[in-house]
Amino acid sequence: MAKGAVSIQVERCKACGFCVEFCPAKVLALSSSFNAKGYHPPEAIAPEKCSGCDLCGLYCPDFAIHGHRLAASPDSPTGDSHAC
Amino acid sequence: MTAAGGLPALESNPVEPFLRMDRMPHIWCPGCGIGTTVNCFIRALLDSGADRQNLTVVSGIGCTGRVAGYLRLDSFHTTHGRAIPFATGLKLANPKLNVVVYSGDGDLTAIGGNHLIHAARRNLDLKVICVNNLIYGMTGGQTAPTTPRDVITSTAPYGTFDANFNLPHLMDAAGAVYVARWTVYHVKQLARAMAEALSKKGFSFIEVISPCPTLYQRRNGQGDGLNALQHYKQVSVVRHGAPTQEVGIGRHGEIAVGKFVDRVRPDYQELRRAHLQESLGGRYADTLHLEECECPS
Amino acid sequence: MHADPAGVLTGVHFLDGDHACCEGCLAAGARFAAGYPITPSTEVVERFASRIPTVGGIFVQMEDELAASMTLQGAVWAGAKAFTVTSGPGFSLMMENIGYAAMTETPCVFVDVQRGGPGTGLPTLPAQADMMQCRWGSHGDYAVIALCPNSPQECFDLTVRAFNLAEKYRVPVMVMMDEVVGHMTEKVLIPPAEEIEIQPRRHTRKVPGEFNLYAPTGDLVPEMVHAGEGYNFHVTSLTHDERGYPSTTPQVQHSLVNRLTDKIYRNLDDIVTFDSHGCEDAEVVVVSYGITSRVAQRAIDLAVQSGRRVGRFRIVTAWPFPEKQIRELAGRVRALVVPELNLGQMVREVERCAGGRCRVVSVPHAGGAVHAPEDILNAIEEALQ
Repeated sequence: MAKGAVSIQVERCKACGFCVEFCPAKVLALSSSFNAKGYHPPEAIAPEKCSGCDLCGLYCPDFAIHGHRLAASPDSPTGDSHAC
Repeated sequence: MTAAGGLPALESNPVEPFLRMDRMPHIWCPGCGIGTTVNCFIRALLDSGADRQNLTVVSGIGCTGRVAGYLRLDSFHTTHGRAIPFATGLKLANPKLNVVVYSGDGDLTAIGGNHLIHAARRNLDLKVICVNNLIYGMTGGQTAPTTPRDVITSTAPYGTFDANFNLPHLMDAAGAVYVARWTVYHVKQLARAMAEALSKKGFSFIEVISPCPTLYQRRNGQGDGLNALQHYKQVSVVRHGAPTQEVGIGRHGEIAVGKFVDRVRPDYQELRRAHLQESLGGRYADTLHLEECECPS
Repeated sequence: MHADPAGVLTGVHFLDGDHACCEGCLAAGARFAAGYPITPSTEVVERFASRIPTVGGIFVQMEDELAASMTLQGAVWAGAKAFTVTSGPGFSLMMENIGYAAMTETPCVFVDVQRGGPGTGLPTLPAQADMMQCRWGSHGDYAVIALCPNSPQECFDLTVRAFNLAEKYRVPVMVMMDEVVGHMTEKVLIPPAEEIEIQPRRHTRKVPGEFNLYAPTGDLVPEMVHAGEGYNFHVTSLTHDERGYPSTTPQVQHSLVNRLTDKIYRNLDDIVTFDSHGCEDAEVVVVSYGITSRVAQRAIDLAVQSGRRVGRFRIVTAWPFPEKQIRELAGRVRALVVPELNLGQMVREVERCAGGRCRVVSVPHAGGAVHAPEDILNAIEEALQ
């Protein structure tokens, strides 16, 4: 079970690629969907590997993603995208 | 903020309480590193336990100068090059304030250069975060004192040919008590350095090498912001305590990162008070906060 | 509220204008000065540097006027009343930051002890040639208040008034001295602290969350807060909205920039002061300010002695200009004679306000000395032809 999860504010993303590149667990990839500005926001392609370290959040220049650790529970939700 | 697929909404980004979310999105380009440095700064605020109410941020003019406007703190966007004098006034009039100067390489080292060296000389208790993208970004990519040789800029269309500043060396020589350099790739180390500076008394200077994809990178065939970070990762070498004359940056070659200077010497206010107490004895009126009105808190 | 006695050197003194100005700053509650040496103003901050450690406050000599003019503003936002002093070349350097103070509505005082110019000019000799610069020196549209003392006593009194006006209107106020007034030594009476009326900072009583730093009150002037009080405010000299957030649209520009000027020009009756005598039935009125007004008085006295009907109108508030008063005079007199230690600066305002209804006779002087009374007397005679 994933120890962490990411939360993505897709409309803020400008697809710089920092989060995808520097996630230590390679959880993320740029999706094929578009946000309103025409960028490809990231999505969690391997959410089960997320540790919630929040390196993605630290890197993101647009404050569009952050990770957090999940409380230990078998029913914990995993990666999630928000259209805000 | 609803979750997709019926999953419960996750907690909000912990940086948001420190940002003026009513001003988002910010003006910085895709792949610009300034926003990344802001995350590190907010992380440093949280980790250092800095008193948020007394934290003030002063910026000059330029892309990095816009940081003051996005942080939800008492913040000042001042005239070009004059963030440090303004910060000096804040700090001297109310020593309880923790005053951070957050500005760019052009603002701090060109037009602001004189103030930079004098503040370091005096060891004023200011924390200077110099986001160095090696260019004047906001105005369209002109040469800065930090632009390395053989770089195309809008005012050096045939390439730069003069030497650029070695900022850690300049700051070391001027008397700063804390001098460090990291790049936007080194997010954890940068946050740690900022936290150290926030807690350290005296003049601290942190240089952050950051990409300007739109102007510097694009005009010089260096790809985008991500390419820049990959490049920083590749060529950075941690050299804590290195002699600062050896850490200059060129267009190619190594970027020395780390903490170069961390020393102790009395800061301006300590010196002033001690000296006036000694000279004037009982006649010295020691006032710490120069506020005359009764203000509701 | 009354002056803080700690800064009031009550008594009868023999002081020059520079020194009296310093005492005025202290009496007004200034506890912070940032300066840079420049003749003939330096004595103001030299005295402040000597006095402030026993009164309680800070003097810092900065590395240049660019720094000094900004450091004092940081101190204001931290809670202090602050000022700087300079002369022509330094005044020029300070112009950008004076504009910053006007745009951000930072209450503060700039003293210019005018000397011969342009350029390095005459460092130790008088002129009054910065008067237009004082009004228009920074870029863009804004309004400042400027006061012209003509004696060491007025250097004290008008400096106190300058601080009071700065706080009342959240505006930079200039004290436009000249080298002679700055260096002449005369009796200066400093009253007891309880007789000196001080305008305190217009600090809001609203709590954080309810307060907007640029929301005007009834007299078009917003209230103020200081750093460290929990308001999380933002100050920028970009065109900004009532929250202080950059808002660079023509609509916001229109409303902000008009208000910056209106807050001064709609309060003229409170701000404008002058000193007039003998104007009721005068044929000629001599309009002057600063040291020139002392010479002018001699000329007026000589003219009156020989039977002429000559009055004086001494400009004390130079900016905003006493338009109403000059317009009114122009409708009654034959001529307005305007001697100044410059090649004609405030005379342009006099001409503008006179609107052709009377003669306006300029008595220019390139500076470096004061007029001889005969120069002004001759102009009065000529005006009476």
